[in-house]
Amino acid sequence: MKKESVLSKIFLFFIPLTLILIFTLFPFYWTLITSIKTPKEIFQLTYWPHSVSFSNYIKLFTQSDYLICLRNSFLVAACTTLVTLCTTLLAAYAFSRYRFKGKKAFLTIFLMINMFPSVLLLVPLFAIMRNLHILYTPGALILAYSTFTIPFSVWMLTGFLNDLPSALEEAAMVDGCNRPKAFVRIILPIAVPGIVATGVYIFINAWNEYTYAVMFTNNTSRTIPVFLKLLVGEFNIDWGLLTAGGIITILPICIMFMFVQKSLIQGLTAGAVKG
Amino acid sequence: MKKKIHWAPYLLIMPAVLFVLLVVAYPVLNSIGMSFQNYNLMIPGVRGFVGFKNYITVLTDSLFYQSLLNTVIWVVFGVGFQFIFGFILALILNTSFHARGAIRATVLVPWVTPGVLIGLMWSWMYDGNYGVINDVLHKLGIINKFIPFLANPSTALPSVIVTIVWQGIPFFAIMLLAGLQAIPNELYEAADVDGCSRIRKLFNITIPSMKNTIFVTTMLRIIWVANSIDVIFSMTGGGPGYSTHTLSVYAFKKAYGTLDFGIASTLSIMLTLLLMIVEFFYLKNFFKDAE
Repeated sequence: MKKESVLSKIFLFFIPLTLILIFTLFPFYWTLITSIKTPKEIFQLTYWPHSVSFSNYIKLFTQSDYLICLRNSFLVAACTTLVTLCTTLLAAYAFSRYRFKGKKAFLTIFLMINMFPSVLLLVPLFAIMRNLHILYTPGALILAYSTFTIPFSVWMLTGFLNDLPSALEEAAMVDGCNRPKAFVRIILPIAVPGIVATGVYIFINAWNEYTYAVMFTNNTSRTIPVFLKLLVGEFNIDWGLLTAGGIITILPICIMFMFVQKSLIQGLTAGAVKG
Repeated sequence: MKKKIHWAPYLLIMPAVLFVLLVVAYPVLNSIGMSFQNYNLMIPGVRGFVGFKNYITVLTDSLFYQSLLNTVIWVVFGVGFQFIFGFILALILNTSFHARGAIRATVLVPWVTPGVLIGLMWSWMYDGNYGVINDVLHKLGIINKFIPFLANPSTALPSVIVTIVWQGIPFFAIMLLAGLQAIPNELYEAADVDGCSRIRKLFNITIPSMKNTIFVTTMLRIIWVANSIDVIFSMTGGGPGYSTHTLSVYAFKKAYGTLDFGIASTLSIMLTLLLMIVEFFYLKNFFKDAE
């Protein structure tokens, strides 16, 4: 394996890698330069902007509802993450540290929930929200998103906690700590990377979601994906504005993702590989 | 030693379970109930139990079968190509090289991008008048005239499939990469001793050792791609002429567009059942030839 000829290295490695990188990144590049082109140049198909203009971004922030939607998206995503993490951390601790009747059944159920299409829950959730009078409030989305964030989070956090030997808390409990104290003092600090990674993934998913958002929000509670879709008018589309909105939308996600991608991938793949 | 408290685990899982009961179990039952009802928000006068009428309406609807066919094409080619290219990417990332961490993080960005944004970015690229894809193909001499990819019924479905493949490659890549890294080196070293060619190694060692990972990942993706709505809806809305209408898009349009909750529920339940059947047979067959 060490005697790799340069030629085979180029063909089997560099070329495919470069092609894949171009394929992956080009749409973002194109979106970025479209957003900083002048309205005229957008329709000129240049591959490098002749003149850079931030008019689209200014328009985005001053002449559209983007900032309101940004706030709504952030609110919904943050609350969803908080609520999900709190409920699922408790559950994950139980799944990881206890043996109890029905444990396997519960775990399987949490896994099975992922199979349900969002359309299946869309209609009844709409009716439920209406009856609870929380339709068109952020609460509606937070509730709706927990349908997919909770199962995922239970799965991930259980995996992370399983990697931490229970000998740790047991040692603390021998020293007189009770279980909750041992959890907070010993386990929690070490589990933080896994919890943060799971939290970021929940945040990103809530941030990106469209199907529930478009049904359960109106113009005061609207989130970003719905906003972006609405920019697609009947006859013409303001591509400059749309691409500017897109770039601003993925920036925070990319930054958050970069920080946690290592632990996130670890948690995700551990379950799949071990089967 | 502290005495084990037997109710503790149940108490701990209670919040999560309650949530799930409220927002999943109850809605699913509700959905099943609604599928047997005439429940159209736009026609409030006619409401009530109609037995299997909705199911019959759906099963005699040619659009249902077209959507079904589209869904099959969508899933088979979408997941299929995601797998192939994801696998290639995983093989590439499996060799250690300097910038591997940075490259790996970079190729994952499509995975965390909103579906709507992905659809809109690609819509712009596919544009029939100012789209960069048309421009590149034209400059390369592959086409003479710009093609309105998303407005032409014969090119619309392949076009959205390319987009969903783009979205799904990262997920496959990281899952398959993890599977690759779990294969013990000794297997390859033994094959080297026997003078095994690269291709033989790939098919005789690599792929069989990753059966579990491949199975779990493709199963997850089949469900995910079949249920996907954002990308198609933001690119074509199910058109042109229903050529990109998948079952989930159809159900969504019934719920969101025409507010026909009864039929939407019926369609959703049929989609769910179909998925369960597919998963069941997939599970059975995958491990049948394993041992």
